[in-house]
Amino acid sequence: MSGNPTIELENIKKIYPMGTSGVTALAGIDLTVETGEMVAIMGSSGSGKSTLLNLLGCLDRPTTGNYRLTGENVSAMTKTQLAAIRNREIGFVFQGFNLLGKMTALHNVELPLIYTGAGKSEMARRAAEALGWVGLTRFSHHLPNQLSGGQQQRVAIARALVNNPTLILADEPTGALDSRTSLEIMAVIQRLHRERGITIVIVTHEPEIAGYCQRLIRLKDGCIISDQPVNRPGDALADLARYPAAGEVNSL
Amino acid sequence: MISNNLQVAFNGLKASKMRAALTMLGIIIGVAAVIMMIAIGQGAQAQISRQITGMGANLLVVFPGAGTGAVRGAGGNVNTLTWEDGLAVAELDQVTRVAPELSTNATLSFANQTWTTQVIGTTPEMTLLKDWPPATGLFFTPDDVQTSAPVAVLGQTAADNLFPPGQDPVGAQIRINKLAFTVVGVLTPKGAALSGQDQDNIVYIPVTTAQKRLLGVKYVRLLNVQATSPESMAFVQTSIENLLHERHRLGAQAANDFTVRNMTSLLEMAESTTAIMTLLLASVAAVSLLVGGIGIMNIMLVSVTERTKEIGLRMAVGATERHIRNQFLTEALVLCLTGGILGIGLGYGGAKIISALAGWPTAVSLGSVLLATGFSAGIGIFFGYYPAKKAAALDPITALRFEN
Ligand SMILES: Nc1ncnc2c1ncn2[C@@H]1O[C@H](COP(=O)(O)OP(=O)(O)O)[C@@H](O)[C@H]1O
Ligand SMILES: [Mg+2]
Repeated sequence: MSGNPTIELENIKKIYPMGTSGVTALAGIDLTVETGEMVAIMGSSGSGKSTLLNLLGCLDRPTTGNYRLTGENVSAMTKTQLAAIRNREIGFVFQGFNLLGKMTALHNVELPLIYTGAGKSEMARRAAEALGWVGLTRFSHHLPNQLSGGQQQRVAIARALVNNPTLILADEPTGALDSRTSLEIMAVIQRLHRERGITIVIVTHEPEIAGYCQRLIRLKDGCIISDQPVNRPGDALADLARYPAAGEVNSL
Repeated sequence: MISNNLQVAFNGLKASKMRAALTMLGIIIGVAAVIMMIAIGQGAQAQISRQITGMGANLLVVFPGAGTGAVRGAGGNVNTLTWEDGLAVAELDQVTRVAPELSTNATLSFANQTWTTQVIGTTPEMTLLKDWPPATGLFFTPDDVQTSAPVAVLGQTAADNLFPPGQDPVGAQIRINKLAFTVVGVLTPKGAALSGQDQDNIVYIPVTTAQKRLLGVKYVRLLNVQATSPESMAFVQTSIENLLHERHRLGAQAANDFTVRNMTSLLEMAESTTAIMTLLLASVAAVSLLVGGIGIMNIMLVSVTERTKEIGLRMAVGATERHIRNQFLTEALVLCLTGGILGIGLGYGGAKIISALAGWPTAVSLGSVLLATGFSAGIGIFFGYYPAKKAAALDPITALRFEN
């Protein structure tokens, strides 16, 4: 891998066509995220967090400005090229898990591999490996509704990492989970970062979650108003060990 | 990628089995209807073709009387035609053979069995003209005709009804209207005509025997004339008209007291009418297939809306527009083709049942099967395309946000 930063944004603007003037969701963002960084994005509702994450995830294109992903200018790419980039370079983790309800955990994890053109046996092998990595081998053949929220989110993480992406984007990954399960998920994400060296960007409104990242970016009205390193980032696994055992079962 | 597509499509369909089955039902019924209608139509056509060849190729029939409407003895004098006319016609150019017919209903008896059937006086030319040889024994000979011999050739039905099983009719003495006849042959079974009439319920005797012994007349009821080729039929028809006009000593201005009909062209007309009927029936059936196709489109549209979030997710993990479009197209195609194959089975079974129950001949042809398969695949692509295109055009962000 070259020395290119994972993310380079240059004066990114996103204006949604609406009425006569349009809605400015991002008003000129400059941002560089080095490979292997773990970044939190915070901001009040409507500040442009999701819009930014969608652009970073190549789900959308900026109105103006340049976006280079590991040195490649993706703002000039076609939809089909963007789909390939998403497939190869990016993993998504959503607040609502977004698992396909009629498919087993294993098949959910296989989903990105369908579009890489991998063979059947290779798909199964790599999906099983990813599920194993998040500790859910036992649940390979369970349907999402047979899994707890935390387990479902871990399946979603396995799906995000199955293609060995350079970047994983998480929009409020713990938003639907209780605090203990949130810790578990943050522990998995920290492992992802530490053991696999994947660059991670998390959108959250919880300061505790941001506290497990290395760098915190605050947005307001589509602008970055602060960009600082996190003082002594927490270790979710260690915090989990200290967590009161009372909440272990049946906590919502 | 194709096997992946199929896998994804099957999973999608499995997820809503009941709905997939009901949607398929439209296609199943449509295809079955097409197959059955074509089978019935083509069966009828095949039967008519069989009748044409069974009746004799390149056949002209000369009837007495100037009738223009009904086929048999339509008005006027019915005794203007003689066997001698037939012998003269046989001498004409491009005529292969002539067989007269003089028919009457008569009661046959053997031992204490009786059976009423149609007895036709004719000549040995008849067996050649109809390409209808005896199964056992022989047809009577020209000598038998010369001598007005009391000999008879039985159709299978007549033979079956007169003789106990196991007894060979050939050589037996029977009575026709009390007169003694010797059975010289039994014809090969021919089966039912399209009209349902049993063609084997018949007895042939020499024409002279019928004239002198049975009916006491000098005329014949009609002359079957076989021409050498289809092309020569018009020429032969004119020759017959000229010859008989002269033989019957009709004045130059007088109308013919006989009618020559081209039977082959009559039946060919019937055949093409049936072909049109088949087309009509199949078109009506095709409309039901079309309705089935619209059902497919409807369900696919519902499915796309319901699975908006899934589509968004697939796009997020790397599906291109083409992937999504092909996924839904494959689903529609799988629905239609599966329905098509089941429909072919159902149509085939239905055709068999109809022919068994109604005695109506049916023929399921490879052509109609291919047509139905192609048609249902076409419907899958045609009616699946719009929903698939709609799915592919979704914006991943909006789709991911979709809540149902
Ligand atoms: N598809 C859209 N069309 C129009 N306006 C939008 C659209 N998406 C977001 N916006 C607007 O852009 C701004 C930023 O939205 P968003 O990125 O969702 O903020 P956040 O995720 O921080 O709550 C908001 O004012 C929102 O109303
Ligand atoms: Mg948001």
